[in-house]
Amino acid sequence: MAAFGGTDTRARKLRWSLLNTLVVVYALVPVLWIMSLSFKTPATLNDGNFIPREWTLENYRSILSTTEFLRALLNSIGIALIATAIAVVLGTMAAYAIARLQFPGKRLLVGVSLLIAMFPQISLVSPLFEIERTLGLFDTWPGLILPYITFSLPLAIYTLSAFFREIPWELEKAAKMDGATPGQAFLKVIAPLAAPGVFTTAILVFIFCWNDFLFALTLTSTERSRTVPVALSFFTGDSQFQDPTGSISAAAVVITVPIIVAVLFFQRRIVAGLTSGAVKG
Amino acid sequence: MSDIVLDRVTKRYPDGALAVQEVNIEIADGEFIILVGPSGCGKSTTLNMIAGLEDITSGELRIDGTVVNDRAPKDRDIAMVFQSYALYPHLSVRENMAFPLRLAKLDTATIDRKVNEAARILDLTQHLDRRPSNLSGGQRQRVAMGRAIVRNPKAFLMDEPLSNLDAKLRVQMRTSVSRLQKQLGTTTVYVTHDQTEAMTLGDRVVVMRGGVVQQIGAPQHLYEHPANLFVAGFIGSPAMNFVPAAVADGGLATALGEIRLTDRLRRAMERADAPREVILGIRPEHFEDASLVDDRMRAEGDVFTGLVDVVESMGSDKYVYYALDEKARSAELEELAADSGSSDVPASEGQLVTRLSAVSPVREGDHHEVWFDLGKVQLFDPSTGRNLTLEA
Ligand SMILES: Nc1ncnc2c1ncn2[C@@H]1O[C@H](COP(=O)(O)OP(=O)(O)O)[C@@H](O)[C@H]1O
Ligand SMILES: [Mg+2]
Repeated sequence: MAAFGGTDTRARKLRWSLLNTLVVVYALVPVLWIMSLSFKTPATLNDGNFIPREWTLENYRSILSTTEFLRALLNSIGIALIATAIAVVLGTMAAYAIARLQFPGKRLLVGVSLLIAMFPQISLVSPLFEIERTLGLFDTWPGLILPYITFSLPLAIYTLSAFFREIPWELEKAAKMDGATPGQAFLKVIAPLAAPGVFTTAILVFIFCWNDFLFALTLTSTERSRTVPVALSFFTGDSQFQDPTGSISAAAVVITVPIIVAVLFFQRRIVAGLTSGAVKG
Repeated sequence: MSDIVLDRVTKRYPDGALAVQEVNIEIADGEFIILVGPSGCGKSTTLNMIAGLEDITSGELRIDGTVVNDRAPKDRDIAMVFQSYALYPHLSVRENMAFPLRLAKLDTATIDRKVNEAARILDLTQHLDRRPSNLSGGQRQRVAMGRAIVRNPKAFLMDEPLSNLDAKLRVQMRTSVSRLQKQLGTTTVYVTHDQTEAMTLGDRVVVMRGGVVQQIGAPQHLYEHPANLFVAGFIGSPAMNFVPAAVADGGLATALGEIRLTDRLRRAMERADAPREVILGIRPEHFEDASLVDDRMRAEGDVFTGLVDVVESMGSDKYVYYALDEKARSAELEELAADSGSSDVPASEGQLVTRLSAVSPVREGDHHEVWFDLGKVQLFDPSTGRNLTLEA
């Protein structure tokens, strides 16, 4: 019986490992392919080899020497950081209110934010374009930061309110009884407990802003505010006859790797955050 | 240390629920007072109003003679122990206990001294640097107590602080809570739904039901002179037996047979304008095996012969359950049973619980004669629940 059970679990483990490997390979191959392309010379670009025959750093050197890419990188980082910071602060306050307070219009607020999350963004592109042109926001940082905040807030509110719901109400009461003002109770008790949730949310929002292509494409026109995903699509070779694929790949690697590293590095916190087992009395 | 006065305090929640109604309690300096009642009767609400965690809808709350209705919890100088303990999970035991002192901006040396002192009293010294999640239930409970006692507040409020512990630990902690309170002499309001805890801990007990105070008094007083049917049924374990009784000439017709009216009972009936029906209440410990009572006792009581349903031998006593043929129960009794949760009140229908001496030869299935003390019988008005035998 025991032996039978043993082989059974071994077979099951094998099945799962196979399935997992399949999924991981499926997800990773394109990324690895891009990395491989970024290290190839123009001549071997289309040779179909997974491992480059000739390794080169030329692609990286070339993109990092153009202001086009560096400026876009700066835009991307700045816009994503500012949008993330604002969205997380607003989201924290909204989520706290939703989790803790009874107020008229609470259901409406939750409903509307859900609506925003589900709204097809493409349908808002032309109106936003017109509005921003009229207001002079077109092709500026705020012109991208504002829609990013709008569309990431529902995500922020949802993840964060799940977190706040996990934090026992009584801790806040206890802090008040211990002599804390509401502000102190929030800062000294609630905030430290919510930190993993805030952190998780910040990463998710940052990735959302960092990866956006649609708004960045339609609401910018120059290097002033163009972000990397869009800048990539405008890449041309050094001459019009040169294939820009190598540079595009190198740029893609440059913007993808930091995210992957961050996620791997903070993986445990994010997983803990998403599954919310963080707070247990 | 201080006195706390609740003057016609009422709480109506925003959703319209009337949780506490016109509660008047005067708590003396250093007193240990218990709020007890079935779940949902408004004990926690009352406690939270004293704490300042809930607004008072109407009425006045005075601490040391000052009205504090509109003071924030932090300005009332009261400490609270929660049922869940509410320990800060991200702080060590030491930091948890130091938390109120830090907020009070005491210097580090004083904080250390006070925390160490509290830890010593509560036997937590070797756990000071651990996180709450690594402690056992009893240890967490003590940390919660420690956080309350470090700052010498005017009063302690405790909301079912022992109900998350297992039975044995609960009894142990009950004793230490009691000792600690005596030692510190701090005014304490303690909430529980457990009548045993209420009886054993408190200087005085406040029995609540449906947001209304039923009776306030010393545990022994509530036990001997319950103001109404509810208090009678709630206090005491096993609960008092209730038997409907019809007034017949010179006696009461009940499932225990015809009971003669003593002078005391007759006076009680007269005070109530001679009702036609009453509810007779008698506690299990006021019964005795008829073969074990002498003639003098026999004269002061009455006997009943019934079919013995179950005998539970406790070693020191025997709990003997008799089957009563009469199933009739008044509406008041039904409501009472539903209200307080089946275990707290009257014996399941048609059953009489008695506590007899261990030497009683009673056996299950016997028709056995049992004596009861007429001097201890209480009569209640079936419509209002009022105790008619209570001398004014
Ligand atoms: N926040 C609230 N809003 C509305 N009703 C409440 C609230 N808290 C408690 N109640 C109601 O008030 C009554 C008393 O509750 P509570 O004081 O918690 O009872 P207890 O502590 O005695 O079990 C209950 O009927 C409960 O449903
Ligand atoms: Mg309660």
